[in-house]
Amino acid sequence: MSGRTLYDKLWDAHLVREDANGTALLYIDRHLVHEVTSPQAFEGLRLAGRKPWRTASILAVPDHNVPTTHREGGVEGIEDPVARIQVETLDHNCEEFGITEFHMDDARQGIVHVIGPEQGATLPGMTVVCGDSHTSTHGAFGALAFGIGTSEVEHVLATQCLIQKKSRNMQVRVEGELGPGVTAKDVVLAIIGEIGTAGGTGHAIEFAGSAIESLSMEGRMTVCNMAIEAGARAGMVAVDQKTIDYVAGRPFAPTGELWERAVADWRRLVSDADARFDRVVTLDAGAIRPQVTWGTSPEMVVPVDAAVPDPEQESDAVKREGMRKALAYMDLEPGTPVTSIRLDKVFIGSCTNSRIEDLRAAAAVVRGRKVAANIRQALVVPGSGLVKQQAEAEGLDRVFLEAGFEWREPGCSMCLAMNADRLEPGERCASTSNRNFEGRQGAGGRTHLVGPAMAAAAAVSGHFVDVRTLSES
Amino acid sequence: MKAFKTLDGLVMPLDRSNVDTDAIIPKQYLKSVKRTGFGPNLFDDWRYLDPGEPGQDHGKRRPNPDFVMNQPRYRGASILLARENFGCGSSREHAVWALEDAGFRVVIASSFADIFFNNCFKNGVLPIVLDAAILDLLFRETEANEGYRLRVDLEQQTITRPNGETIHFEVDEFRKYCLLNGLDDIGLTLQHADEIRAYEDRRRREAPWLFEF
Repeated sequence: MSGRTLYDKLWDAHLVREDANGTALLYIDRHLVHEVTSPQAFEGLRLAGRKPWRTASILAVPDHNVPTTHREGGVEGIEDPVARIQVETLDHNCEEFGITEFHMDDARQGIVHVIGPEQGATLPGMTVVCGDSHTSTHGAFGALAFGIGTSEVEHVLATQCLIQKKSRNMQVRVEGELGPGVTAKDVVLAIIGEIGTAGGTGHAIEFAGSAIESLSMEGRMTVCNMAIEAGARAGMVAVDQKTIDYVAGRPFAPTGELWERAVADWRRLVSDADARFDRVVTLDAGAIRPQVTWGTSPEMVVPVDAAVPDPEQESDAVKREGMRKALAYMDLEPGTPVTSIRLDKVFIGSCTNSRIEDLRAAAAVVRGRKVAANIRQALVVPGSGLVKQQAEAEGLDRVFLEAGFEWREPGCSMCLAMNADRLEPGERCASTSNRNFEGRQGAGGRTHLVGPAMAAAAAVSGHFVDVRTLSES
Repeated sequence: MKAFKTLDGLVMPLDRSNVDTDAIIPKQYLKSVKRTGFGPNLFDDWRYLDPGEPGQDHGKRRPNPDFVMNQPRYRGASILLARENFGCGSSREHAVWALEDAGFRVVIASSFADIFFNNCFKNGVLPIVLDAAILDLLFRETEANEGYRLRVDLEQQTITRPNGETIHFEVDEFRKYCLLNGLDDIGLTLQHADEIRAYEDRRRREAPWLFEF
């Protein structure tokens, strides 16, 4: 019998029951909740006269809808009445059912996928779910983490379980050494460019190889975060010393004798040497250059030193038409060098790239420079109140403010533009977020996905620039 | 949940791949705390020429005459034909609520994003995966014949074309059972409450740190 993959081990450890046809009941250790996808679930629970199965497994935070300026008025101060009702509804639901919530005025408030790991509420070996597709982020800790819909949120609340069928095993190996200036974001965009946005559909992806191992925990979170953009519900990385060091001492992490037992258990969270994967894809780390998306799907991506591709070169008719539509929406001509694309706005933030390491990387580029005159707005939105505090302690806020960036309060912000932070029709943005879909950052807005240093370089240049050449000058 | 047994419905083609959930229902409508009322905003950015906000009278907005949903021949459609990777992106179940509210009970595509696919079954909407070649044929027939209808039979797992020929489709056995009977799967899971408790007891001994917080 061949060995087991990391995904197999996580699956087996959480199996409550399995029917002959493979329909399984999977136990959920950690349930993260935010204001947008939970109200209907709590309402369903109430209508059926049910209660949460295990409230201690739940951690709630408002993040999607919260304003990133003028927090002094509290929840009542949210100008958009519909958004305010949603945040208030979360507060009421958590109070009614006795659920731990980091309120909008709590220093620990932030993007749900930033605060889970930050608090040690995400632990290796856990199953982690949330009504948000970027829950895959938590897989960086050797956890099985995936996004669910609102009916499933209600199901987990009521039963602590999900009805699931096992996914297939896929491994994406990134081997070799990443070049200077090439980050986790470039790695994951390059992977999506290679396998496509449906490349991981039906699979759980384990990211492996020396380049993945060399990434920090922040970097691994960035990679796992965008597993969903490759079509995979779950992305994960095996546990190593870096994982354990990151978790140690965090508020929700075990301590003392329990910590020792937990660590011994977590060290087994790696794929066996003879484990079999249904599909393996290998990338050469040394060949990955800083990436920029040009279209309206994350797979529409090229290296910064390339040009916008020509649909006429595409042989598949449906794809060709998709490229034409994307170019029309993005108002780009085939053959345009990426470095000549001028920008209107820059957004540094989101559950993909708003952690302290991301802010440090962006600040390093910005230091001593000014935001270019043609940039109407450059935003930095830290992933959590604690990331913001840390950045301020390091003086990063001053670096951004002096360069002409705005320094905001934590939340999802312009990644999906549910709050006031958004693109106006026709505006073009360099964004460290995860989706360049039509209208994602505001109706008619045009999004180019990049890493934090590339976004910073674009802000100070007014157009895309290869950050590797900028740092040399 | 509404049961789904058979449907004889008008077909509407949406000929593009990677239709994401932001396109199906834009973010400004997710602020609602209800499950209903999303239909007028299905495909909002494509369907209207002017920008939309929640609470607006959508009947007074300017429809985009080029968008397929606004063509009179597709009015009242309940079967949506789509392409690869339909429903990708955000986990928002509002996407399915919007489709259902606008009258769609079946979506046929060559592939679906996983979360969207799951969400469909929770809301009495049947997502059907067909080979790209068969899908091409259905697109051609739909576009060539005004009033083109298909008959979908979940029990038999068949789609019947107007000429009487049938296409077989696959569906997971458990999901089919729930959909045919309109079953609430929380109730089904709670029938196994003892097993869940037994699992928890065992797990509490093996990995107590998971229950510490």
